[in-house]
Amino acid sequence: MPDVHDENDPKPLPPPGSGHLDYVGNQGLLVEQDTLIEPDPAKREEARSLWGDAWRDLRHRPIFLISAALIVLLVIIAIFPGLFTNANPRQSNLVLNYLRRPDWTDFFGAGWFGYDGQGRSIYARVLYGARASITVGICVTLAVTLLGGITGMVAGYFGGWIDSVVSRIIDIFFGIPLLLGALVLLNAFTYRNVWTVVLALAFLGWTQLARVMRGAVLTVKQSDYVVAGKALGAGTGRLMLRHILPNAVAPVIVVATIALGGYITAEATLSFLGIGLQDPTISWGVDISSAQKVIRTAPYVMFFPAAALSITVLAFIMLGDAVRDALDPKLR
Amino acid sequence: MGSYVIRRVLQMIPVFLGATLLIFLMVYTLPGDPIAAMYGDKAADPAQVASLRHQFYLDQPLWKQYLHYMNNILHLDFGTSFTGRSVSSIMADAFPVTIRMALIAFFFEIVVGLPLGVLSGLKRGSVADTLVLLLTLLVISIPVFVLGYIAQTVFATNLGWVTPTVQDSTDITQLLLPGAVLAALSLAYVARLTRTSIGENLRADYIRTATAKGLPRRTIIVRHLLRNSLIPVVTFLGTDLGALMGGAIVTEGIFNVKGVGNILYRAIGQKEGPTVVGIVTVLVIVYLVASLLVDLLYAVLDPRIRYA
Amino acid sequence: MPSATRVRRAVIGATSVALLATGCGSSGGSSGSGSSDAQKTFSYQSSEPQNPLQPANANETGGGRILQNLFKGLADYDPSNAQLRMQVADSIDTSDSQTFNVTLKTGWTFHDGTPVKSANFVNAWNWAATTANNQINSSWFSDIEGYQDVHPASGASTKTTMSGLTVVDDTHFTIKLAGKVSYFPYKLGYIAFSPLPDAFFNDPVGYGQKPVGNGPYQFVSWDHNTQVVTKTYPGYMGVDKPKNGGVVFKMYTTAEAAYADLQSNNLDVMDQVPPSALATYKSDLGDRAIDSAQGAIQNIGFTLYQPEWQGANTAKVRQGLSMAIDRNTITKTVLQGSRTPASAWVAEGVEGYKAGTCGDFCNFDPAKAKQLITEGGGVPGNSLKITYNADGGHKEWVDAVCNSIRQNTGVDCVGDPKADFKTARQAITGHQISGAFRTGWVQDYPLNANFLADVYKTGAAANDFGYSSPQFDQLANQADAAPSIQDSATGYQQAEAVLAQDMPAIPLWYYRTNSGYSTNVQNVTFDSFGNPAWTQVEVKG
Repeated sequence: MPDVHDENDPKPLPPPGSGHLDYVGNQGLLVEQDTLIEPDPAKREEARSLWGDAWRDLRHRPIFLISAALIVLLVIIAIFPGLFTNANPRQSNLVLNYLRRPDWTDFFGAGWFGYDGQGRSIYARVLYGARASITVGICVTLAVTLLGGITGMVAGYFGGWIDSVVSRIIDIFFGIPLLLGALVLLNAFTYRNVWTVVLALAFLGWTQLARVMRGAVLTVKQSDYVVAGKALGAGTGRLMLRHILPNAVAPVIVVATIALGGYITAEATLSFLGIGLQDPTISWGVDISSAQKVIRTAPYVMFFPAAALSITVLAFIMLGDAVRDALDPKLR
Repeated sequence: MGSYVIRRVLQMIPVFLGATLLIFLMVYTLPGDPIAAMYGDKAADPAQVASLRHQFYLDQPLWKQYLHYMNNILHLDFGTSFTGRSVSSIMADAFPVTIRMALIAFFFEIVVGLPLGVLSGLKRGSVADTLVLLLTLLVISIPVFVLGYIAQTVFATNLGWVTPTVQDSTDITQLLLPGAVLAALSLAYVARLTRTSIGENLRADYIRTATAKGLPRRTIIVRHLLRNSLIPVVTFLGTDLGALMGGAIVTEGIFNVKGVGNILYRAIGQKEGPTVVGIVTVLVIVYLVASLLVDLLYAVLDPRIRYA
Repeated sequence: MPSATRVRRAVIGATSVALLATGCGSSGGSSGSGSSDAQKTFSYQSSEPQNPLQPANANETGGGRILQNLFKGLADYDPSNAQLRMQVADSIDTSDSQTFNVTLKTGWTFHDGTPVKSANFVNAWNWAATTANNQINSSWFSDIEGYQDVHPASGASTKTTMSGLTVVDDTHFTIKLAGKVSYFPYKLGYIAFSPLPDAFFNDPVGYGQKPVGNGPYQFVSWDHNTQVVTKTYPGYMGVDKPKNGGVVFKMYTTAEAAYADLQSNNLDVMDQVPPSALATYKSDLGDRAIDSAQGAIQNIGFTLYQPEWQGANTAKVRQGLSMAIDRNTITKTVLQGSRTPASAWVAEGVEGYKAGTCGDFCNFDPAKAKQLITEGGGVPGNSLKITYNADGGHKEWVDAVCNSIRQNTGVDCVGDPKADFKTARQAITGHQISGAFRTGWVQDYPLNANFLADVYKTGAAANDFGYSSPQFDQLANQADAAPSIQDSATGYQQAEAVLAQDMPAIPLWYYRTNSGYSTNVQNVTFDSFGNPAWTQVEVKG
């Protein structure tokens, strides 16, 4: 979307990037228009209390508490899947366990969720699959926040030709849909693991954060205290880090949190299409894709990894929602 | 206004060139020789491969290939796929299907998404509001390929209302289910966006003024509230329609819709450079035009905005 | 040949029914007793051709199946015994297995009414073999003397005609080969050896979109990505006159979609049922389900060109790995009965097939497997990667094979998917992989030489293993020079026995045709190419 934050643009809010991961003509990730909070320069004295208020507000939101608890649980599962099951997710027994149905009496046991088309414990695979999804989600988010944040900051702060060049580059990337670009890029890797997927998604995804950061910096830059700081001779680095960043970072955090769920979906979609993760990495997307072949006779093989994936994405989106509501002064 | 449009169009040129170059590089520098692969398990015959590479202009340095390609594009020649069909005719087959499905999805977004959002926004905190919030959250969380399978299993396999996959991509009634699946996520966004926008506007001064003036509630809602609240929603829908035109890889794949996404996915798999680059070039143009139109639409709808 | 479903080389023999092995196919074929209408057409599940419709330019099923209905060459295969059957040729004689004298029948015409003459064959073959014409199957003509002139290893052709082809008169021509190939006439059934009408040479490109052949069906229209329509050619002179009015090839991108259409009678004959329906298709379709043998095999090949896989001892490791694979269970569960365990390197039902060549090495025996692997010095690094293409539906069985190997021998086996067929092929032929890879072979012609000479001879086109055995080569060359096709087939059986010692590739299982047909048609049977006997299908009146 060329120039939505152009300084000459008087528009208060940019039209959003639509968030549909399936569109080929996809423009950006799961970001709603109202997530782009423009920090209100008039509130600069309360800058610190914005975070304090947000935290106080968050602690009382059930949505936040539920999603945070879920995420903590998911992270624990991702790090120590062995705590929750003794079953080996790669152990297969075709003779005994080929498509064996879920056995609810086997509470928290290997056969709880049944066995897949390779005679492997679905419960164990669901647990061990969390690692790939969580790692991709968090790492891509960190990477795009850093990369996009720095680029957006530089472009917004310095303006001029730097800004023009960066903006055009951002536009170029926005013209290439995420899923399409990732498909083409990942085709290039002869061997793919979590890090290649992270690399591809980060390479294509950073522009979204850069745009948000740039817009926020542009707004903050015009505020009195920055102008005053400049007049008093504050250095560029100090201005950026001490004055602009704390005030511009809120929308970036909100967008990044919500986008995290999107990156998890992106990994699963790519793995589903056979171009994401591969053995021996255990991925929900791959398992869902394999389950297609037996969906008529054994729908539970698809159900459990799909449910795990949806719950994970839901947790991060709810967290992002809660953080946005807490940080958005207009809704307070 | 006129000079703004001209400036925007000028800015599009480097973006267009950059995006096509990027996709061109991505497609043409990747490993996997499409020519050698035509031979199946038999070793490709070098003389023949050289000849075919020459025919498809693949024996030139990359920058020459790109210039050659762009030059052809300027003459509206998108090249020939390895099947011997012109890429233009491939696109002429695929785009109408995608556009039909996009319009169906768009229809769902408006007819279902908007009312849900308005209802939810006006009755903030009610049971209906909570329900809409939860439902939309759920839809946003479920990946489209899972949603597609659920819809296919429920409506086709279990209920038997439709065939599991689209048999005839030109038949609108068959496109309803994939269209609905495609619409689901944006529909949820539209509902949530409308809700937020209405919530913000309800507390705006002009509503307070209107209420103080004693205007009937109905008039306030329809004349003032909705008109102003829908501005961001309409721009969202505008962008979304542009994006929908690009087709959907997963949905089209699951439902066997022979649209742009389907063709593109297969072309990427088969390393059909001319087809991939051709379609993406058109998509980039669609995207650029759509974003310009949305920005202009924004100005038309919101009188506070004037483009210099 | 890679995935039987995705890229199968064009196949021959539109008519053969011979190798229908078991199951409902045969009963389905005979159960139809209703009246039929020879004017009515039926539809067949196909895929969009990936190349122009020129006979020597199809190496995938989409185009190949259409072409073999539009064209008929000198010969095809007899439905009763899969042996050579003369079609346009009256006879193909040789006294030295090197020079073949061809006599044509009279009366054959192309669909444009022009007669089929010797020159139509010779010109077509010369044209297809010439480098500049970019025909994918040009290497099929490489046996013919003078091929090097029209198709040098590199650079431009020096001639446009092969010296080995001589037109004697309108109904006679001779083929002289560069060396002795006793079974050469078998190759002549391949679609690349079809004749082309004179009109072809005026506009080969336009012809590729609107082909004119001499086969049982003539081209009507090609609606891209939707269908190719053909109708019966009344002037067809072959022994297999069509019993229906034509074939409509409907393009599907997924077998799921085709299967749904079949069940609702919107499609008449399927290619293969989708994996998701394998468990249920027999109960869904009843006696309209087809389950018959196919002339195709799936193997795991080894990178013998790598030093760690060379030496006689490493053969023991490969034999051990083979014994660690529970073929029976995997074919029954993961593959849902769509394959039969293999016991040789030649597919079932092919001329010269001999069961059990692999011996005990193809039987599941974990204890013996471990012992052999240890004796052979173990798998390098105790880990094995099996490279395959992710787009061919191979993931499930590769995973199952790896699980079987890992759990029974402790060798850390993982599947190594490449994004798609092309990438996988490039990695394999470019020797960029290490250890093992998925491979397989679908018959070009139903003769064991095709499964052996083209794959395991030193330097053979599909010898991706880098396998080179003087003993195998010698036996194969002897078989090539044998006086008759039968002697040649026996000779190749001796060569096949060498493979059990060396184990360059582990035979896994044979393909089956799992298919079905609608209630609109009857007398549907499948041949060993996995094709229905097109001309024999009867459409109910």
